[in-house]
Amino acid sequence: MTKNNQYILAVETSCDETAAAIVKNGREIISNVVASQIESHKRFGGVVPEIASRHHVEQITIVLEETINQAKLSFDDIDAIAVTEGPGLVGALLIGVNAAKALAYAKQKPLIGVHHIAGHIYANQLEKEFIFPLLSLVVSGGHTELILMKEHGSFEVIGETRDDAAGEAYDKVARTLKLPYPGGPHIDRLAADGEALIDFPRAWLEDGSYDFSFSGLKSAVINKLHNAEQRNQVLKREDVAASFQASVVDVLTTKTYKAAKEFGVKQVIVAGGVAANKGLRAALSTKFMDEDTELLIPPLSLCTDNAAMIAAAGSVAFEQGHRAGWNLNANPGLDIEEYGRRRKLSKGKI
Amino acid sequence: MESIDFEVKTEFETMKLAESLSLLLRPGDVVTLEGDLGAGKTTFAKGIGRGLGVKKTINSPTFTIVKEYQGEVPFYHMDVYRLENSDEDIGFDDYFDRGGITVIEWASFVKEYLPMKRLDIIIRRLDEQERIIQFYPHGNYFEKICKELAR
Repeated sequence: MTKNNQYILAVETSCDETAAAIVKNGREIISNVVASQIESHKRFGGVVPEIASRHHVEQITIVLEETINQAKLSFDDIDAIAVTEGPGLVGALLIGVNAAKALAYAKQKPLIGVHHIAGHIYANQLEKEFIFPLLSLVVSGGHTELILMKEHGSFEVIGETRDDAAGEAYDKVARTLKLPYPGGPHIDRLAADGEALIDFPRAWLEDGSYDFSFSGLKSAVINKLHNAEQRNQVLKREDVAASFQASVVDVLTTKTYKAAKEFGVKQVIVAGGVAANKGLRAALSTKFMDEDTELLIPPLSLCTDNAAMIAAAGSVAFEQGHRAGWNLNANPGLDIEEYGRRRKLSKGKI
Repeated sequence: MESIDFEVKTEFETMKLAESLSLLLRPGDVVTLEGDLGAGKTTFAKGIGRGLGVKKTINSPTFTIVKEYQGEVPFYHMDVYRLENSDEDIGFDDYFDRGGITVIEWASFVKEYLPMKRLDIIIRRLDEQERIIQFYPHGNYFEKICKELAR
């Protein structure tokens, strides 16, 4: 029997989540298992990496078994194993990379290294085929970047944060407002009930720059709260959240729109955990409503870390002939442009 | 212990002070930074990186904990904010021994892993813009650096 379908098994352990998934032909999720570790992190007000690594070790085998069982497939059906090699926490990445390597070696399957952010971008391919050139706004706890893609596997960073990532600003402002971790969803929820009455700064930076800066905004919110406290003023938390969110969303939306025009992209993709933010989704939808540019925002379940997105990215890399060697290692500081260049060079090599 | 204090009026002055400090540092040196959220720790670290000739954008390592850069010497920018209440050793000694300059934000969360000889810096907020930046040198070598910087 000739085999027509391509099945990629993927593993993702770059931060809080131990995840594995199987994706068919790069588009269809067959199984997608995420063992969320958020519960154990809540009491610390952040992700504690020690816990992350230990939990990944405890969960990786269970998650992999569950993924295979749910898919009702055997390893014979799998064409290749993809894994997040970076960026992320080194101790966490190592668990996934070594599990994937061991499995690939034992089952004699090709191994594919995937950049975590490339994964977030490719989460959208599970919904819709890419049309190039496309622009991706990547917003998460560790990233705020505008990435231009002219073809599969090529990534050009045209803007990035100069200080805090958007998600990080959310978490830190949430902590100042004494909201539980993770702070983003709480601020989003509060913001919906508040009014943007406080005029917080927007960091537009130099003319024509697509870079971001959220540190000044974070400080402005903290200053505002400190000053109010000293004067025994009561600020409505809902209004602070709404005003903060208005500033973040305004900058993200405006810069994305400008870049989309300048580079004449056919699609705009939103990726990363902050893509789950309702305020951001609504603002982008309005901004691009009457445009020819198509706006793709993944469903909430694919915004946060998962392995289906790694499989989706791995599927294209596999088709392009990219293979990782047995020396594949966790690369906590992996640069996405460099990853794209390396991918080109590795074509056809096994 | 007595500190050597610098008053800065703007973020730009914080950056300049950090750049001046960076010119006096040598491979293997460890500098720690303390201060409230928004005090200017990352700004100070950026100034050191810039002074060391790092060309890439230096942004917050809060999420990834460590970011590595190449200037005239390697520059390791750490933020251990998320290691609060954890006793994780992310391999600190390896970084300190690799011939680079290490800057650690929120270092008090990982006190037990810090070298004896180091420069502790505390950034205190005076108002929205102004800060007092206090240097606490540990060891003769860092005392000399602070005296040189104060001149």
